[in-house]
Amino acid sequence: MPITNVGAWLDSRVDITNIDSVPGKKIVAHYGLVQGSTVRARHVGSDIAAGLKNMVGGELKGYTKLLDDARKEALTRMVQQAQLLGANAVINVRFATSAIAQGAAELMAYGTAVRVE
Amino acid sequence: METVLQTFTFILTIGIAYALGTIIEQDHYVNIQKREKDFLSLPAVSSKSIEQDNLLDGQLVYGSVVISHDYFKRFLASLRNLTGGRITAYESLLDRARREAILRMKEQARLLGADMVVNMRFATSSVGDEAWTLGCFELLAYGTAVRLKIKPT
Repeated sequence: MPITNVGAWLDSRVDITNIDSVPGKKIVAHYGLVQGSTVRARHVGSDIAAGLKNMVGGELKGYTKLLDDARKEALTRMVQQAQLLGANAVINVRFATSAIAQGAAELMAYGTAVRVE
Repeated sequence: METVLQTFTFILTIGIAYALGTIIEQDHYVNIQKREKDFLSLPAVSSKSIEQDNLLDGQLVYGSVVISHDYFKRFLASLRNLTGGRITAYESLLDRARREAILRMKEQARLLGADMVVNMRFATSSVGDEAWTLGCFELLAYGTAVRLKIKPT
């Protein structure tokens, strides 16, 4: 039984790895780079909670969830782009994050779209 | 009189932040060490070149955490900025956040029934451009969870 994708947010027909291959499968075609990104701003409510949490330190759960959701969105967009090209796997996936404006961050996922047997 | 009151409030705030911050950090470390022992059977390696023939299948997994330091540590760091050198207070913060991120990634990997995580990478970013003053960072760990044909004994 193959490993299925984590969560229901991704199409289980697409394999994603961050190594040069899809283990157990043979790559038959390359489709080039695919990417997905999203820009998220912080929520005022979670900002206030974070401000309080900032006093004593520790995990800011609101932000963790925010960035987690954003990353899933970026991955989903990347997968959609790959599917448009006719690929069924994305290899060598990397993540990048950048702060682009006051309180907003861009999350990006990119990789190589391939077709596997 | 007012100055005395202000100084007192400042010292009190710092004191509370120090006490709570230390307790939270110690609790977190105890928790991390316990879970790391639990995950000894699921190693994460940063190597990319693994025996391809021995791999059954693989899937991307990741774990992330956003963490902030307490008021006391921020105060210490601002003092340290004057003289330069090691900021020990921040070192432990980033260390435990990164270990937490690895553990979350491994939890995902275990859900998939993986034997190990290969090509593990870290990414660190600040949230928003005022992050350095607010003092929160996101630490991300990601890699490919794989199942092996011949499992290590």
